Amino acid sequence: MFSGPRQRGLRLLTHAEWCGVPSEADIISTVEFNYSGDLLATGDKGGRVVIFQREQESKSRPHSRGEYNVYSTFQSHEPEFDYLKSLEIEEKINKIRWLPQQNAAHFLLSTNDKTIKLWKISERDKRAEGYNLKDEDGRLRDPFRITALRVPILKPMDLMVEASPRRIFANAHTYHINSISVNSDHETYLSADDLRINLWHLEITDRSFNIVDIKPANMEELTEVITAAEFHPHQCNVFVYSSSKGTIRLCDMRSSALCDRHSKFFEEPEDPSSRSFFSEIISSISDVKFSHSGRYMMTRDYLSVKVWDLNMESRPVETHQVHEYLRSKLCSLYENDCIFDKFECCWNGSDSAIMTGSYNNFFRMFDRNTRRDVTLEASRENSKPRASLKPRKVCTGGKRKKDEISVDSLDFNKKILHTAWHPMENIIAVAATNNLYIFQDKIN
Amino acid sequence: MFARGLKRKCVDQEEDGEDALAGFGTVPSYSLQRQSLLDMSLVKLQLCHMLVEPNLCRSVLIANTVRQIQEEMTRDGMGRGAAPQSTGRAPLDRLVSTEILCRTVRGPEAGCPVPDLGDSPLQGTPPELCIVNSAEVPRSPQSSLWEMDSPRENRGSFQKSLDQIFETLEHKSPSSMEELFSDMDSSYYDLDTVLTGMMTGAKPGLCDGLESFAAAAPAPGSSCKSDLAELDHVVEILVET
Repeated sequence: MFSGPRQRGLRLLTHAEWCGVPSEADIISTVEFNYSGDLLATGDKGGRVVIFQREQESKSRPHSRGEYNVYSTFQSHEPEFDYLKSLEIEEKINKIRWLPQQNAAHFLLSTNDKTIKLWKISERDKRAEGYNLKDEDGRLRDPFRITALRVPILKPMDLMVEASPRRIFANAHTYHINSISVNSDHETYLSADDLRINLWHLEITDRSFNIVDIKPANMEELTEVITAAEFHPHQCNVFVYSSSKGTIRLCDMRSSALCDRHSKFFEEPEDPSSRSFFSEIISSISDVKFSHSGRYMMTRDYLSVKVWDLNMESRPVETHQVHEYLRSKLCSLYENDCIFDKFECCWNGSDSAIMTGSYNNFFRMFDRNTRRDVTLEASRENSKPRASLKPRKVCTGGKRKKDEISVDSLDFNKKILHTAWHPMENIIAVAATNNLYIFQDKIN
Repeated sequence: MFARGLKRKCVDQEEDGEDALAGFGTVPSYSLQRQSLLDMSLVKLQLCHMLVEPNLCRSVLIANTVRQIQEEMTRDGMGRGAAPQSTGRAPLDRLVSTEILCRTVRGPEAGCPVPDLGDSPLQGTPPELCIVNSAEVPRSPQSSLWEMDSPRENRGSFQKSLDQIFETLEHKSPSSMEELFSDMDSSYYDLDTVLTGMMTGAKPGLCDGLESFAAAAPAPGSSCKSDLAELDHVVEILVET
């Protein structure tokens, strides 16, 4: 993927566009592969969930390249109105997290600002025929007319994928939920809002435990909020949460019921030479993700991605610049609110590479071993099915070379906030506003 | 994306100023930029308060920025004789659309006479003003921002302050503005439309928004004595005098 002009490259596997009457509802707000990578769930601003499934590559269908096709679509959340506060509750899906698969059905958690729902997605490909008490239309038969008994027979039918809400976890968050994370025990999960983190049991909807509360007694003293939280992938008692001041706290639930005192505190000392009025804003962490190994975690702030060793709190072990050329434009980005955009980041399956989005439909990938990085563009014009993506370059000053794009020409409305990486293969999903692109790294 | 109104004259002034860190040349440039940033932040805070569901993270970050600017202004105000501590400060991120700066800064002579205030009867007051300002200001926007539990009662306190802010924008005449704000309940929804309309109009560049904002300053910003007058104005707005 990072090597030069060989036949290898990222090729478009699937392109899906949310369309209809152009509306804000079609903006994709979250993307997540399941544990096997066969399913990809997306949530949008209109409260819908669309799940894609990977087609099996098989000899009987040689033309299939393992594309992802729509598997199921359902309305997860509806807009609500909080009458007490006279505030609208958006139906936008903030996060989706899959549960590990335990039987034929698939389960996922989806959340908007206030309510988390557990959805069961199951397949039905058989139908029973020959009921005794009702006829084929479903109408009840007159019992006196029944003269013989028969055993219903299961007959194949066209595959139907059904989604049904199994649990609704509501009324536990005063502020907006920004994260949910399933625990490695597969029984509990956490949900985090701006000021609090709650622990839930998947079976119990009427209560949750508050494990972090940073709300000050006097709200006027509020200077810091929680921006993201995640459970450790293997240690079910450990989780981390990041803040708007660029700090990460690691907490151990065994130490106390209310994890107000962290076990570890990660913060990089500020570089005094680059201090400006925007320093705090750009240090605010928009996403935190553990590596699959559980040894590292990655944080995304406005201009960079940092990899931290959990054993070293003083500073990150790696810092990757995403779009350093924006540092001189911070004032304009503050003015148009782009400086508050929350970019996510993700690891590949082996933790050897990381990916995050940028503006102008660009996304960046960093190879941790070779220290190489690449900028690619996710757009219709640049994604011909068999051609591989060409690396892009932003020109920061002076002469602009051919094929480079200057900073002032970047489209800041085209932001890639959500990306996901297949847990095992080199397949990535990139959400660009109302478009989903799935690319695969293939040797020709 | 960026306003191209940057006049070369202004750039030269800025570039000259940055070399002489302790000179008067930098002071108006930096102060005005800082003031513009403060004004912009306050408008952002006010507006995001009026939206249906304020994004708490964004509000906190903006409020912290406001506090930082005010703290620095206080420090600068206190150490009037001293050179601005720009050596410790990073080169301030430039405001790209600086038409307003080009208009108000009349060359190197219009350096900020802050130290000269020693002659005026206001000698004792500026530091107090600064202190009052930094003490008062965080309370008003924040208390109404964070208390999502009771947005309604706090909205009232902003009625008049918004009046003053939006009076300066050219999109609505003041009289219709009063009518718009007179009935609080139903005006809330009107406000949304008004704000949307205004924001759309005011959005193209820092220039336009700040132009009118600065025009409303009681002491027409010719000299940097307006720095303190601007603070005054800010205090007025937020404390609803």
